[in-house]
Amino acid sequence: MTATPAEKTVNDEAWDGFKGGLWRDAIDVRDFVQQNYTPYEGDDSFLAGPTERTTAVWNKLLSMFPEEIEKGIYDVDVKTPSRIDAFKPGYIDADKDLIVGLQTDGALKRAIMPNGGWRMVEGALNAYGYEADPEVREIYTHLRKTHNEGVFDAYTPEIRACRSSGIITGLPDAYGRGRIIGDYRRVALYGVDRLIEDKKAVKAQFDAEWPTEDVIRGREETSEQIKALGELKAMAQSYGYDISRPAQTGREAVQWLYFAYLAAVKEQNGAAMSIGRIDNFLDIYLQRDIEAGRITEAEAQEFIDDFVIKLRIVRFLRTPEYNELYSGDPTWVTWSMAGMGEDGRPLVSRTTFRALQTLYNLGPAPEPNLTVFWSQQLPKGFKDFASKVAIDTSALQFESDELMRPKYGDDTAIACCVSAMAVGKQMQFFGARVNVAKALLYAINGGRDEKSGKVVVKGFEPIEGEYLDYETVAKQYDAMLEWLAKTYVHALNVIHYMHDKYAYERIEMALHDREILRTMACGIAGLSVATDSLSALKHAKVKVVRDESGLAVDYLIEGDYPAYGNNDDRVDEIAQNIVSGFMEKIRKYPTYRNALHTQSVLTITSNVVYGKKTGNTPDGRRAGAPFAPGANPMNGRDEHGYIASAMSVAKLNYDDAEDGISLTNTITPDALGRTPEDRIANLSGVLDGFMASDGFHMNVNVLNKATLEDAMEHPENYPQLTIRVSGYAVNFVRLTREQQLDVINRTFHGSL
Amino acid sequence: MTVLLGKDIPVGAPTADERIGLHSPAGLPSTPAAAATQRPIEGSVHSWDLSTGVDGPGTRFVTFLAGCPLACLYCHNPDTMKMRNGKRTSADDVLAEAAKYTTFIKASGGGATISGGEPLLQPVFAGELFHRMKHELGLHTALDTSGFLGVRATDAMLRDIDLVLLDIKSWDRDTYKKVTARELQPTLDFAHRLADLGKEVHVRFVLVPGLTDAPANIEGVAAFAGSLGNVSRVDVLPFHKLGQSKWEALDMPFTLAETPSPGPEQVDAAKRIFEAHGLTAV
Repeated sequence: MTATPAEKTVNDEAWDGFKGGLWRDAIDVRDFVQQNYTPYEGDDSFLAGPTERTTAVWNKLLSMFPEEIEKGIYDVDVKTPSRIDAFKPGYIDADKDLIVGLQTDGALKRAIMPNGGWRMVEGALNAYGYEADPEVREIYTHLRKTHNEGVFDAYTPEIRACRSSGIITGLPDAYGRGRIIGDYRRVALYGVDRLIEDKKAVKAQFDAEWPTEDVIRGREETSEQIKALGELKAMAQSYGYDISRPAQTGREAVQWLYFAYLAAVKEQNGAAMSIGRIDNFLDIYLQRDIEAGRITEAEAQEFIDDFVIKLRIVRFLRTPEYNELYSGDPTWVTWSMAGMGEDGRPLVSRTTFRALQTLYNLGPAPEPNLTVFWSQQLPKGFKDFASKVAIDTSALQFESDELMRPKYGDDTAIACCVSAMAVGKQMQFFGARVNVAKALLYAINGGRDEKSGKVVVKGFEPIEGEYLDYETVAKQYDAMLEWLAKTYVHALNVIHYMHDKYAYERIEMALHDREILRTMACGIAGLSVATDSLSALKHAKVKVVRDESGLAVDYLIEGDYPAYGNNDDRVDEIAQNIVSGFMEKIRKYPTYRNALHTQSVLTITSNVVYGKKTGNTPDGRRAGAPFAPGANPMNGRDEHGYIASAMSVAKLNYDDAEDGISLTNTITPDALGRTPEDRIANLSGVLDGFMASDGFHMNVNVLNKATLEDAMEHPENYPQLTIRVSGYAVNFVRLTREQQLDVINRTFHGSL
Repeated sequence: MTVLLGKDIPVGAPTADERIGLHSPAGLPSTPAAAATQRPIEGSVHSWDLSTGVDGPGTRFVTFLAGCPLACLYCHNPDTMKMRNGKRTSADDVLAEAAKYTTFIKASGGGATISGGEPLLQPVFAGELFHRMKHELGLHTALDTSGFLGVRATDAMLRDIDLVLLDIKSWDRDTYKKVTARELQPTLDFAHRLADLGKEVHVRFVLVPGLTDAPANIEGVAAFAGSLGNVSRVDVLPFHKLGQSKWEALDMPFTLAETPSPGPEQVDAAKRIFEAHGLTAV
């Protein structure tokens, strides 16, 4: 598209000194970053501490958190269904905020977003002691249909039965699917007007095509995107900023990008509202200002600190059921950083360091969910700093750049925990997960639920005999997983059809290309339980205990069996087969919008709920006991330390779990070495070793058990204690007591 | 596992020499001659583990051999004291397990450590493991030893060892005997031999209040270590009682139950004594 003379003038100033051409002619942020960023290979010595202003703003929020934790939410506006420009401007401190903008007109005040479903809004309000507004209720129960209502109109009785028995749980049919990352950088680089022009051109392309259902939907969606961009401009204008034009300074680049992200979290209560890969982009602007003498390092850091303060207080109104699944009020403002570029330069700039530095300047926090793409080739200065930050704060997660880059390229970011996507070019249909441990019990019981005794799956006979025969069970399990895969993809197609229809992510999709890759992100929970159960059947003898109705309710193990988590192929192969086998089954069923099938081995904190809904299992696990999180081995069964355990997990094939394989390790400081310097070098070494062994993801906590126990007793002393759970980090004192105990009871890998 | 070192025998247990006698081919030259014999090389193995930063540099595959001639009062692995408590294991099996981690270990800058018990109680087996860890798997190798049986380490074995973690449990002869039920001199002889060979050594010293913490005792170890020229690091390890439950489980008396762990200041003071002799103490 050719710029008008007026645009040229604005762009000349905004783009002064920037190199390259491709990105000028087409929307191509990656090209801009590659042409202009300055890789930084040094250490952390240049970094600046917090300013007085930064500390004052953060302290103001800190003083509000205890009330929020006590009440569950600090405040909520019950009258205003949120959209991008629904609220008047809000500030933490109008005189002190450097980067402005809040989701509502007050800090920590939550908004209602009823497009996802009215029942959830009302349920959440009631849970926190608020009454729904009658007029709003009238709108969303009689006048305006919601996503949730649409889904239940199209669910089959079988899907409903699966949902209530818990074999398929956590589906985004009652909350926003999230896991879509708008390319928020585009707003800063191009200004909103240019993006609107671009989308108008897309609309014109659709207009020229014959109106099949896809084309009509494309036109409608594009029109919605254009409207959303207009609202974004208006919202920024209400704060006194004209973002129709490109950002001209470092501060503006941060502000413009934040406005774009803010628009997304004003309108979508998505399970994960991730921000993408932004540090090198912002660094280009900050570096230009620093080189021109316009700002100092302290000021550059201050912009990032203030921006991160905003990201830390993203809030959504959620139901108690949701909180049970995803504990600790997470928002997954996942910020992806580092890794290596396709040209061999590290994707690390000074602003990558500045982002990590916020954990010192503001103290540890779970959000934004700082995610380091790890490669052995990263510069030592960065590796050491990242390891140091992880050891000091337990707030980082690490994912294998070497596994992701070949699949998605070097402008990839994580949505949520472990879901990789090329920014602005890919989105996913989030599908939560199915319980493969419970499916094994269904195989044994011929489709009857082991807790309720009800028949959930028709067409199966219970397996008989005093002892379970491995081959017989394995065969029926395979058939049961086939049924599960079919029912699961069926449910997901319904959900995402309705989500697009009733709760379309207008602004996030406005910041995507026209042609994008969609993935249908399936997932499994209970991998280690199912694996160990099959290992027990195969390598020991398992006697069945049945109740008077013939339902298998318990299992007695005679002899020993090798457990997953000891780098022992006899059992690890079972886990590999479950993952690859289930993926193969999922791929058989066509998806909504021809999405590409993927799956994750991730639970987030739902391992507790899944465990609660699952009876005794043949591995010896008791009914109701939590599963291990993600792809983790079961607690205490990994007998040779966390590295042997990690190696079992690393054997799972990423090609068959492209939506990510999650491993969480909690290591005591002593188990990483005796001095701070040793620990840093050794953690970098562990990450190098794990990734070299094809490991995908490692959450690293470096903590003593006693610290957590003390924090349970004296939460007031640990307002910022952060701990990583499967795929994200939480403020420990915001977890439910049950979740806290689960974390504490999980294997601590010490040096003894 | 790891950090602590002394692994020993309680009063009334078989004497060290009796237990040493359990090991039939003691003192034979290790590999490759040993490898040439028909019989697979076997040893008594307590366990294996992976550890980071506590059994030598980086992440390491640690093989704990069973049996020890010493009787350290503070031993935190008393279950490794008797050779008969280990499991007969072939070197092939140990190597097969270690081989699963070579990619990890090489990328992480770690290696393989043979610990115990006392590895030199089974010199042929230990020598075989070192040789193959080094030459078949290409790993950095470390020997964790009290040095009491240093005479059993052949020059060939030492060529396969990159680093020796040498526990010098005390300088004062009487204290050494009290702590270990053995003599100090063999350890000192071994240390001199390692120095003559220019072999890298990390000295380990367990600081036990009321037992090994006399300044003159520490000074003696420090002066000796400082005089060797091949000691690149000294680990001053604060005594702890995490092994106490193992003593109780074995129905053996743990005589240090009332002894406190040293405070950080005490540990720092001990480190300064080593540093005064030009050593790096951590």
